[in-house]
Amino acid sequence: MATVEKDSSSLRKSGNGKPYQVIGTRPIRHDGVDKVTGRAKYGADVTLTGLLHGVVLRSPHAHARIKSIDVSRAAALAGVRAVITHKDLCEPGDRIVELGEGAVNLRHLSNNILAADKVFYRGHAVVAVAADSVHLAEEAAALIKVDYEILPAVLDVEAAMQPDAPLLHDDLLTDELGKTALKPSNIAKHFRFEKGDTAQGFAQAKVVVEREFRTATVHQGYIEPHNATALWSADGHITVWTSTQGSFTVRHQVAELVGVPISHVKVIPMEIGGGFGGKIRVYLEPVAAMLSKRTGQPVKVLMSRADVFEGTGPTPGSYIRVKMGAGADGKITAAEAWMAYEAGGYPGSPIGAGAMCIFACYDIPNGKIDGYDVVVNKPQTSAYRAPGATNAAFALETVVDEICERLKIDPLEFRLKNAVREGSRRIDGPVYPRIGMVETVEAVQRTEHWKTPLTGKHRGRGVASGFWFNCGLKSSASATVNADGTVSLVEGSTDIGGSRTGIAMQLAETLGIAATDVVPTVGDTDSVGYTDVTGGSRVTFATGYAAYEAALDIQRQMVDRAARIWEVDMSKVAYQDGGVSGPGGKRFSFKELADQVNKTGEPIVGRGAVDPQGCGGAFATHVVDVEVDPETGKVDILRYTAAQDVGTAIHPSYVEGQIQGGTAQGIGWGLNEEYYYDAQGTMRNSTFLDYRIPTCLDLPMIDALIVEVPNPGHPYGVRGVGEVPIVPPPAALANAIYRAVGVRMHQLPMSPPRVLHEILRKAAK
Amino acid sequence: MAKRRIVSTTINGRSVEFLCQPRQTLLEVLRDTLGLTGAKEGCANGNCGACTVLLDGRPVDSCLVLGVEVEGASLQTIEGVAPVDGLDSIQQAFLENAALQCGICTPGFIMSCKSLLTENPQPTEHDVRFYLAGNLCRCTGYDKIVRAVLDAAQKRCATAAR
Repeated sequence: MATVEKDSSSLRKSGNGKPYQVIGTRPIRHDGVDKVTGRAKYGADVTLTGLLHGVVLRSPHAHARIKSIDVSRAAALAGVRAVITHKDLCEPGDRIVELGEGAVNLRHLSNNILAADKVFYRGHAVVAVAADSVHLAEEAAALIKVDYEILPAVLDVEAAMQPDAPLLHDDLLTDELGKTALKPSNIAKHFRFEKGDTAQGFAQAKVVVEREFRTATVHQGYIEPHNATALWSADGHITVWTSTQGSFTVRHQVAELVGVPISHVKVIPMEIGGGFGGKIRVYLEPVAAMLSKRTGQPVKVLMSRADVFEGTGPTPGSYIRVKMGAGADGKITAAEAWMAYEAGGYPGSPIGAGAMCIFACYDIPNGKIDGYDVVVNKPQTSAYRAPGATNAAFALETVVDEICERLKIDPLEFRLKNAVREGSRRIDGPVYPRIGMVETVEAVQRTEHWKTPLTGKHRGRGVASGFWFNCGLKSSASATVNADGTVSLVEGSTDIGGSRTGIAMQLAETLGIAATDVVPTVGDTDSVGYTDVTGGSRVTFATGYAAYEAALDIQRQMVDRAARIWEVDMSKVAYQDGGVSGPGGKRFSFKELADQVNKTGEPIVGRGAVDPQGCGGAFATHVVDVEVDPETGKVDILRYTAAQDVGTAIHPSYVEGQIQGGTAQGIGWGLNEEYYYDAQGTMRNSTFLDYRIPTCLDLPMIDALIVEVPNPGHPYGVRGVGEVPIVPPPAALANAIYRAVGVRMHQLPMSPPRVLHEILRKAAK
Repeated sequence: MAKRRIVSTTINGRSVEFLCQPRQTLLEVLRDTLGLTGAKEGCANGNCGACTVLLDGRPVDSCLVLGVEVEGASLQTIEGVAPVDGLDSIQQAFLENAALQCGICTPGFIMSCKSLLTENPQPTEHDVRFYLAGNLCRCTGYDKIVRAVLDAAQKRCATAAR
């Protein structure tokens, strides 16, 4: 099975109508050799003279009050250098900080990295120890006595919303449609989006389907555990080495939590071993900084895999009810959703995004969405690839499939009839610019996969679509022209999946030089301008935009320099075709002029700093063939095609990689992954053996079908790519399972026991 | 704390002696004592394969081997894969096929892949998927990794036939 790519050469044109030279090619990534030889330095690889090792002691209980903490025996152990608790952090107050992909309350953040008076989930950090070795630190942590008053735990969103549920926070008053409730509850917020009149819409429908869905808590599952190394210098300046999705957001959070100005914190982003949204919020960085302050030595703190599962933000479990009506003509007349997402121990689930995404693929005249953000005794949820959208799509796209079945309409035809287009208004308000939802459906229709009928027993084909907003935010880059005709590019986006090459390619395209003639580096917080997180599918879009601006700045300076060398007016000189042209056939290639730069004046340094507003939304339509074993309920994937509007694919291999990787995560979410809790709130599967992410034996090749509807908001038409591919898979699989064995799945994951249960229930009827 | 012991071994063709406590894993020794940080810790219990090294030619999770166990053994780590003048064909195939995103699992995959191609120079797609199922990757969906391995196998066979 080959990775298919649409021939879109006709779209691959620059502004002046010439075909792109660099964009759309597949150069070897600049950081590639370091990463295949083991030389690339990730956060855990940091070592410093006098390095101490930190360990975090975590709560064994899901919900408890901390009565007392006795660290005396730990502190007395030879080789132990410092022991800290919440009291050692500063009190940042009840302020909300925007982290790029989600806002965070600083008091909650502070309590989350070291618990104050209560623990809200098993794995909640309570005490940190620094010692000469990690083994000593572990021994010391085992000597700490924490006296807990164990409280009843509530682990499920529906139970947490009951009036008699155990309360996590006695000061949490529901924001009920903008009004503050009088009594505390576990419901942090209830909001509503409305458009048209749903009662009237349902009255017009020929078919109305209403179903309820439940999804389990799942983790991003990056292979590299969280890590942080910090040195608090005697001059009050702190250096932090860490694997993060955003060095500037780490700087901001550390400064707030340890009480220093942001300029006193320098964050050096190490290579990062996966994030998917989970490495935006800090956990270890402020702890390492405080341990360093106490000891005067650098301190490194690493998480174990169990720490990662139990102590860092997964994505929420949820309860969703969807009701949708459609006329005999297959047009949707009305839709309603009632959605409750688990926030974990502190408020802040991605319910807002989930509610905006749930109906986002369809043009619906009458709609209503109620969203609830609910605290439960689980780790505080974090962003995970299109946060909130996958839960929503599982529910909605399963209902859409049932409507298609009832109306006997082909699922792709139904999508074409109802798809959002330029000018459609989403239920929560925004009107779409040029988007490619329709094009993804048409692309699937043209595939060999779709045209080939699926045959065989217990086999079925499912379809689902998905949406994610993408975002813009702020990015910076600077680029220096070297005398050998290359450009050194410093940009601020930490690179999780090859983005420094995608950014460098946009600079190269703009200057008309080769991608290999750009040397990209991810800068630390003191050496590059402010740049928001690597999240929201924004890096190739926004930081690429900054590189484009930096290249234009270089163009201007090179024109000026050539004019001075030639002693002609600047207006007579133009930058074109990878060089500078002047009157009378005068010409410098980029390399020739680069060689002249330092011989004829000041260096040439281009700068780009952007806050672009025109990020284009991303749509995807997936089709999957499965075979279900009716004896065991196991689902095998036979074939998978994922079509996605990417705007313009800068480096098609890494675009395909995002689509394939996101799809694989969606498949894991759909078929296997879940936090499995016992009644006390202990996660019973906090290893990669029992929390089973897909292995290569579980998956087929994934055909990534690149659809290019250029985004008018970017000079090269780029849209965000990274997040939307995780959205359709669980629903596509559920619809395929239905076609294979005739059971509708309403709960994630659709693991063998659950599928078998539904098969047996159907047989018993 | 048990006394540290001297262990003599061969790593990437060189004789190496190191001191370690009986409780230290081979992964810890490689990374923290010997500075060979190419082997990564993803789970520390043998589930993810990011710490894979070759022990007397066989792939092992170095987090499941104690440092003291490698007395007299011969080890190859990711740092010893590339020839002096370039890259191994597997490393090259990973680059050309864009078979990595974050890269944290890449050293482990390359070590397992080396062992696979030694045992089975012309694997099928299923052979590759079966052999590499002990190495987890969360970024790529494995598509491009499997293609890279098949590509490397093909190029090696073509070179050998010449």
